[in-house]
Amino acid sequence: MDDLAVVIAFYVLAGITLLSALMVSIVRDLIHAVLFLILSFIGVAGLYITLSADFVAVAQVLIYAGAISVLMLFAILLTPRSARDNSRVSYAAPISAIAGLLGAVIIFVGLNTEWAEVDREIDGSTARAIGNALLDPYVLPFEIASVLLAIAMIGAIILVRPNDEEGDL
Amino acid sequence: MSLLPVLTSWYAYPFEELYGWLDDNVGTEVAYVVAAVIGAVGILTFVGLGALANVWLERKIIGRMQVRRGPNRVGPGGLLQPVADAIKLIQKEVLQPRAADGGLFNLPPIIVFIPAMLTFAVFAWAPDMVYADLDVGVLYLLALSSITSLAIFIAGWSSNNKYALLGAMRVIAMAIAYEIPLVLSLLAPVLLVGSMNIPEIINWQREHHTWIAFILPLPMLIYAFAATAELNRTPADIAEAESEIVAGFHTEYSGMKFGLFYAVELVNALAVSGIMASLFFGGYSLFGLDRWVPPWAILIGKIYIFYFGLIWLRGTLPRLRIDQLMGFAWKMLIPMALINIAVVAIQVLLWRELELTNWVLVPYAIINLVLAVVLIRQFYRMLTAGFYRLPTRVRLVPEVSVPSLPAPGSATQP
Amino acid sequence: MIGLEHVLVVGALLFSIGLYTALSRKNAVGVLMGIEIMLNSVNLNLIGFSRFVESPNPIDGQVFAVFVITIAAAEAAVALALAVSVYRLRQTIDVDKLNLLKW
Repeated sequence: MDDLAVVIAFYVLAGITLLSALMVSIVRDLIHAVLFLILSFIGVAGLYITLSADFVAVAQVLIYAGAISVLMLFAILLTPRSARDNSRVSYAAPISAIAGLLGAVIIFVGLNTEWAEVDREIDGSTARAIGNALLDPYVLPFEIASVLLAIAMIGAIILVRPNDEEGDL
Repeated sequence: MSLLPVLTSWYAYPFEELYGWLDDNVGTEVAYVVAAVIGAVGILTFVGLGALANVWLERKIIGRMQVRRGPNRVGPGGLLQPVADAIKLIQKEVLQPRAADGGLFNLPPIIVFIPAMLTFAVFAWAPDMVYADLDVGVLYLLALSSITSLAIFIAGWSSNNKYALLGAMRVIAMAIAYEIPLVLSLLAPVLLVGSMNIPEIINWQREHHTWIAFILPLPMLIYAFAATAELNRTPADIAEAESEIVAGFHTEYSGMKFGLFYAVELVNALAVSGIMASLFFGGYSLFGLDRWVPPWAILIGKIYIFYFGLIWLRGTLPRLRIDQLMGFAWKMLIPMALINIAVVAIQVLLWRELELTNWVLVPYAIINLVLAVVLIRQFYRMLTAGFYRLPTRVRLVPEVSVPSLPAPGSATQP
Repeated sequence: MIGLEHVLVVGALLFSIGLYTALSRKNAVGVLMGIEIMLNSVNLNLIGFSRFVESPNPIDGQVFAVFVITIAAAEAAVALALAVSVYRLRQTIDVDKLNLLKW
């Protein structure tokens, strides 16, 4: 990871991600906030690529920026314009202090722990390795995750069905 | 023959020499950057020229299919028509509605162009001429197609126009409905080859002397239709249905911004043709012909053959209604795609685990062809289905009978 | 030159931004956006560990991240379905006004 290009890419992408995540809480319109959220998702996908996790990066763009964002946009558009503001609660200032304090504690602990670091050479394709891992040691969480997705889909559909069911929907 | 080394070393692979020279003399990083810049310039040249040529091709060929001549005034045979179109679009006044969302209004024409251009980066134009040799190439293509629908939504929403928003919502509903058969159908060649790397898929087709379309016709058809729907081309172009919702999501865009949307639609069509040519039809290889002809010429030829197929679809089929499209996606394409994945997985498992000979691919092809014929038959029935169901609201006066419409093709009065 | 510390710092900053966004929004969809930012920061940490820390199977970090993405998708679907149906019943998605359980 001491290629100059990778270092520059990491700093630029980290800056984009943090800045757009901050703008999510600052902009006044909710749809602008969702668009900044999409930008932060893509920034995080770029960070994954600098860490040589190509499969997870493409899966992140496909699922987060492609599907979850569309879901959020649809849910926002189904609510009226009056409820679409991105305003803060009245007690937002102590919350920012708490969040900042928690972030500082995590940074302090993370920087002062003796991690067992190793300079690893990335070999082969991570997609093949992830596929093998999903089917050999982790097949049970894989199946449970698929059942969970099916349950979530059915649950979401049931929750938004209209209650009166006469004639056609 | 003394001509053959010249063809394979200088004419067909011109840049390998340059890279080798730069690598030896100047330094590896400089060689890498120069190669990247040259590759990007080459791809963008192809994209730009392709967008220009496609305007002319599309209008001329559709004109001929509709028994008229197409553009023939501007240059010899109308060849300068794209230039005339570009000049017309550039000199138009660029309007922005005052209530439209300021900075957000100018963004979609740019955002929608980015995935279209990025798709060309993973194609293999020659055995060692691929711009980005990604190990997850197929998944990367799918991720890009899911960003395009977001850009169209931003365009429709920031116009502050009911018709634009309606067009944008229809596009997103259709795009996410057709993304599932798209993903599942592109998974079938990946299962067969065992890798998501596009040059490796093309190599597999070269080694086995066959095209994946012969073995897997069903995913090819599913991909063709799902990609047509993702591109918002006829028969699935309800996004810009001019007779229904003014102009859909690009109602408020005028001048070169509309020109960008139009160009993106053509470049996307080229990109989809490229994916089909690479994954299903062999890419740059043509049963050994790629030793005499430059491979990128073969790939470009195949791309334009499939683009002609897309134009043919556009000129022939009528526009489908949104409920027909969504019904076809959810009720027909997704079950067929799932059945296809199961069948292909079983076939590949039997082929690999039992170490059968390569000739077992022939009965596999026949089984897949039967399933593909089922899909085509269902598509035909959807296209020719009459108005088969009358609305069944609760009526105040139950004795009034609703006259039934005649069966399709049997009555003569409207 | 990019080491594990850089990834952990970025992840921690992203987590605190996500925490602030989740706790200080009036709109239910805004809270969900904060939760998604927090899940992304956790994924970043996991991928960083998978890349830099010694382990018998280094791919486990990426597998864990794939599972987190999956669960986040399921959770976003259910949360948005809940938000839409709460709007239908109470005509608002202001989390301050959804206080029927308050005594």
